[in-house]
Amino acid sequence: MRKFAMVASLSIFIAFLIAAAFLIHPFGYPPSEMDDYIIENTQNETGANNAVTAVVFDYRGFDTLGEATILFTAVTGVVMLFRRKKREK
Amino acid sequence: MTEGIPFNVPFLAVAALIGIAFYIIVSQRNMIKLVLGLSILASGVNLFLITLGYRKGGIAPIYTHAPEGIMVLPVPQALTLTSIVIAVATLALMLSMVVHIYRHTGSTDSEKSRIMKG
Amino acid sequence: MSKIVRTMANILILFVLTFSLYIIMHGHLTPGGGFQGGAVFASGIALLIVAFGSDNIHKSLKEHHLSILESSGALIFIGLAFGGLATVFFYNFLVGSPIFGHIPPAGPNSGDLWTGGVIPFMNLAVGLKVLAGLSAILLVMALATTTMEVEE
Repeated sequence: MRKFAMVASLSIFIAFLIAAAFLIHPFGYPPSEMDDYIIENTQNETGANNAVTAVVFDYRGFDTLGEATILFTAVTGVVMLFRRKKREK
Repeated sequence: MTEGIPFNVPFLAVAALIGIAFYIIVSQRNMIKLVLGLSILASGVNLFLITLGYRKGGIAPIYTHAPEGIMVLPVPQALTLTSIVIAVATLALMLSMVVHIYRHTGSTDSEKSRIMKG
Repeated sequence: MSKIVRTMANILILFVLTFSLYIIMHGHLTPGGGFQGGAVFASGIALLIVAFGSDNIHKSLKEHHLSILESSGALIFIGLAFGGLATVFFYNFLVGSPIFGHIPPAGPNSGDLWTGGVIPFMNLAVGLKVLAGLSAILLVMALATTTMEVEE
């Protein structure tokens, strides 16, 4: 019973994934109004040559702030899980 | 839909990766295999993000010594950077928890480490 | 580890450290930036841990020092974000000013280091944070899985 439910739900999900892979835009011709603006105006608005770094730190700086918080929390969790207790002998 | 159904091989590869990852998560019992399944899922999503922003015959979106050509989209690459770092952080935390559960109960089977029964 | 591995690790760690700092500093001109440079540095620390053993590395590199580095990286990042609060949060307030404020010519060019506004400082802050965080994860997990046995 459990195996039947697992196979049924998994096959429906994979059918949806393959249908989505056929219905999406053709590979190589994406819709791009926002990125055309960013490629035109990176050099005179931010002054950086690298458009990817300008997007990460200037146009979308909030995402980098959230990601720095996640990294900090994960490191705190790992160091806390492996602390040694001092045993009284 | 007037120009026919496109046959995109990269998006089919992403569908295959995500399907394999979900099959691993649903059917395996060993905890380390579950963690590996989540890691394959993260890799599939990162591949999907990069292949969304490819322009045919494009060059990297950097102006230093750039050759002639049209530039690919920079925003999906920025989102993929963040996603890779988050995948590393969650993988480290999950593996530490698996080591702790192994030390506490002595086995890596996920059915034997249920604490709340009944 | 054997003598050959330890000698080569001693030589290679210098090149790995210099390469990672180069990637962090030139993040606004070439591919790279803070995250990539920090990851390269952490892989250099992984080379040291594998070659010399985690107990020897723990004698000189404690988690306390790495925690100070990571916290200072996070505080510098948030301080730079508050610096442009006159207009909006995260405003690039150094474009056009004498520090790192040149505007590059439009189109393909050679790359001038003193461009970018507030982006090189943010690269340094995030690079410090990722470097210290990933090295702390590596060090703590290597120590815990080689020196302790199964309890109870």
